[in-house]
Formats: sequence, structure tokens, C-alpha cells
Amino acid sequence: MAAHPHHGETDSFELDAGLWAKVRNIILFCFLISATATAAGYFLDAKQFFHSYLAAFMWGTRILLGALFFLMAGYLAGAAWNVTFRRFSETMAMTIPYGLILFIPVALGIHELYHWSHPEAVAHDKVLQGKAAWLNTNFFILRAGIYFAVWTFFAWGIYRNSTAMDQDKDIRHMHSSSRFAAPGMLLVFLATSFAAFDWLMSLDPHWFSTMYGIYIYAGGGLASMCALVLISLAFRRAGVLKNSITEEHYHDLGKWMFAITVFWTYVSFSQYMLYWYANIPEETIWFKHRFVGSWLHVSKWLVFAHFVFPLFFLITRKTKRNLGTLAFMAVWLLVADYLDIHWNVMPTLHPKGFAPHWLDVTAPVAVASFYGFFFWNRLKNHAIVPVGDVRLHQALAHHNL
Amino acid sequence: MALLEMDGLKRIFDPNAPKELWGVVAEFEDEQALLNAGEAMHHKHGYTKLDALTPFPVHGMEAAIGIPRSILGYIVICIGLTGTITAVLLQWWTGAVDYPLVIAGKPLFAFEFAMPIMFELSVLFSAFTCVFGMLALNGLPKFFHPAMQFPKFARATDDGFLLVVEKSDPKFSAVETRQLLMSLGATSAEIVED
Repeated sequence: MAAHPHHGETDSFELDAGLWAKVRNIILFCFLISATATAAGYFLDAKQFFHSYLAAFMWGTRILLGALFFLMAGYLAGAAWNVTFRRFSETMAMTIPYGLILFIPVALGIHELYHWSHPEAVAHDKVLQGKAAWLNTNFFILRAGIYFAVWTFFAWGIYRNSTAMDQDKDIRHMHSSSRFAAPGMLLVFLATSFAAFDWLMSLDPHWFSTMYGIYIYAGGGLASMCALVLISLAFRRAGVLKNSITEEHYHDLGKWMFAITVFWTYVSFSQYMLYWYANIPEETIWFKHRFVGSWLHVSKWLVFAHFVFPLFFLITRKTKRNLGTLAFMAVWLLVADYLDIHWNVMPTLHPKGFAPHWLDVTAPVAVASFYGFFFWNRLKNHAIVPVGDVRLHQALAHHNL
Repeated sequence: MALLEMDGLKRIFDPNAPKELWGVVAEFEDEQALLNAGEAMHHKHGYTKLDALTPFPVHGMEAAIGIPRSILGYIVICIGLTGTITAVLLQWWTGAVDYPLVIAGKPLFAFEFAMPIMFELSVLFSAFTCVFGMLALNGLPKFFHPAMQFPKFARATDDGFLLVVEKSDPKFSAVETRQLLMSLGATSAEIVED
């Protein structure tokens, strides 16, 4: 303890081929089962399928976008502590482009999902006519391509620099990543905000909120941090990177989870309070839909599950440093975040009350295992830790005061 | 612990005040030597009233010389929640009890509009408790401390690494403690009087 030896040097930074194949088979098995079930859901109840799928797609994609945010924030702040698990974030961010494939069902289900996509509905609706320049089918699909292009560009830039640094340890790669991170922060936030407006907010095309984008991204950042904790802990269980990602790193990841929980609450409450105070019908209608019948209980449960409980659970040092309690909270928050997205999407389909469907279980598993497969595939291409990073030794010796 | 130790203050200005043994201060070469010596003093030789003075925070120092974690966090959450409750009571009593006035058709009291003040007062109370609680728990402000009589005390803000053993330690014995510190690698060690 006194000398702070670099325990990490004893860890292997290469992924074991046997372990890799085993996990890939598990992911493939999960994907085949859940994707088959989800596809079957399409033939049984198409409308339910598209809504459940949209929720799952948003949930999964936001996790990857959150990883991209933390990467860029790390470079901008000159963070050293995150280097030991940064390759996971980088690989998650580089999984974003495959989301374009997952977007195809959303594009195909546009008429099932979005009221504004029906020309005959627009013809009778003055508000939708005013928004038609933005909310029309062709531009909607084109914009999705732009969002994915922006996300992929910055994820690729940072990933390429980091893997090149593995080879030559040239610090210029790090500076190049910082230069990607600064405009990336701005453009990725804009793209994500507009993606949230397009894919979720336009489910209720009359309603609008400028805060909606950051509210959706904040939840994604939280879910991403939870996913990162669970990935690292799963590796730890398999005996990988045991001395490189230590209690000290988990403590800081826990602090992030705590901080974004509060941030998510801050943003979502700000959105709610302003509309409550102004009390203008066209603005309050969205919340009114979510106070109908059993949706009211879901709304209240969200406040508890997504804020009050995690706040008091994570506030002490002990729960953040205990890997069991941290893993529990990570799973809890991932589920709570899925419920948040469900609560955003489903009142359009089930206006009378909370009506969970089995597709709401299979669709997120299918999306997660789809992304998981490509994540896992890319992870084996390089060392699982940025071995060439000049800050690696600092990260290995990371210690909370 | 008094904020101002008047007795200690008086002693400085009173030339006739009797000197008392206070403790031993030792200087070390660098932070690693200090850390090793501190760890030996606490874990091997069982000293408990130890303190370290360094120009910068040294990782692992608290654990090495047996300084427990501060209770400040628990004080902060208690006072912070007091702030939350204060905000609720203040808004509820002024708006709904003492001077009820309907404004823009809003309820006399509702958590929707009370929340920002609840948040602000929680933060305000917590922040003040954090700063002033930290000062109070450290016994600051303090104009004089016996360790200052160590000739190289000022070096602790520049390049000196000092270990302090107080007389109140049950293991303390002026001569033996000083010898022990020298044997643990101190470059100099002095008995300090108050």
C-alpha cells in the first residue's frame, strides 16, 4: 500500500481466444433467440412490435452514444484515470455505425410509429403542415444518415488514434484525439438532440420541448456508465484486468453514476417544472398523457427508481467501492433507464395505461446482443487496454484520496 | 476543540510561562521515507497520535499513520437535509399559512415550484457546512501550534517532510521516540516544548 506498486503490470492485456469464442457463442445464442422472438412479434402485432423495437433501439443506441460522450469528455479534461477501461468505451463508440442497420426497421415502420408520416393526416392538420418541412419521410431518413455519420466520424477518429498509439506510443495521437473531442462534443450533442427530437419526440408531433434532447442523452450517459461497470466487472469475474481496473476505478465510475443520476433528474425536472408553471395546454399535454391511469404510477415509480433510491444508495463511499452493491445499482439503473424510454414511447400506443408486452423484454435483449456481437468482434482486434497510452501507468496507479 | 486556544495564545506572549513537553517532530528526506517511517511507527510500533506535514498530499498517508476517515460527510448530509426541510417549511408557511395569496391560479403550496428552492438550500447548507465544518474539525483558524517550534517547520510548505508524534500518545517517551524516529531514517528529530 505504501509503495503503490503497479499491480497492473502483472495483468495480461490480450484477450484470451478461448474466452473470446465462448462469450461470442453466448452473445450469438442470445441474439438468435431474442431476434427470432422479436421478429415473430412483428407478425403477431405489428404496431406493438414497432413501438417496443423503437424503445429498445433508443435504449441500446444511447448506451453507445454515452460511451462516446465519456471518451470525448476524458480527452477534453486530460483524464488519466479512465485509461485502463478506455478501450471498452472506444469499442462501444465504434459499434455505433452498426446502429444504421438497426435503424432500418424504424424506417420501415415509420407509418406505424409516426402520425406525421401520413399525408392525409397532415392535410387536415395546420400544425403538422407547418412542421412538414422538417417532419417528412424522406428528410427523416436522410437525417438519420447524417446523425450516424457524425457519431461515426468522431468515434472513428478517437478509436483510430488510440489503436495507432498502441503501436508507436506517439503522443501526437493523443493530441489528435483531443482535437477530435472539442468539435465532437458540440456536434455529437447536436446530432443526438435532433435524433431524440426525430425518433422520440415526434411520436407526439404536436408537442415540443427544447430540453428533450439533453434529457434523452443524460439517461443514455447514465446507462452507458452502468454498462461500462458491468462489462468491467464481467471481465473481472473471468479473471481479466483484475489488477488494472481496481476498486479505485470502480469508485470513480460509481461517482459518475451518482452524478449523472442527479443530472438526469435536474434536466427532466426542469422540463417538467417549466411546463407545469406555464400551464399551456399544448405543452402540458405530453405530461397529461403520462398521468392517465396506471401511467401515473409509472411516472411516480420513475422518480423513485431513477432518482430517490439511487441517490441515497450511491451517496456513501461504501456502496461505490463494494463491487457487489455497485453491480446491483448498475443493473437497477439500466432497467430504470429502459423504463424511462418505455414511458417516453408507449403512451402513444397504450394511452389508457401501462401495458407491458413480452416484446418489451425480447426487443432490448435483441438490440443489446446485436450491438454486443459487434462490440465483442472488434474488441479482439487490439489489446483490451490502450497499451501505448502515455497515461497508462498513471491510470494503473490511480488512487482516491 | 476550541476554535481559538486562548491558553496556547497566552503562553506565546508570557515569557514566564512554564515550558511543557509537547512531542517530537522528525524530518525525512522525501515522501517515500516519510510514508515508510509513518507506517512503521503506526503499524509496527503501535503509535496512534501521529501527524504528517508535507508540501503536497501523499497518497496512502492517512492509512499509514492511522488517521481515520473524516466524519464531515455525515455532518454535511444532516445539515444539507436540514436545508431541504427549511426550504419546504419556509415556502409552505409563508405561502400557504401566514399570508395565503393565490398567484396565477397556482396552488398555495406545491412541490413542483418548491423544488428549486429545496435544491438550492440543500446545496447552500451543504456547501457552508463543508467549508466551515472542515475548518472547525481541523481546529482552524489557529495562530500557533507547538510543531511550529521545530526549526525546519516552514520547510513543510516547500521541501520538508515532517512526522509529528504527540506526547498524548500512550507509547510516547521523549528520548526513546526520538531515537526510534532517527533509526527509521529521519534526517533530524527534535523534542518540542509548548
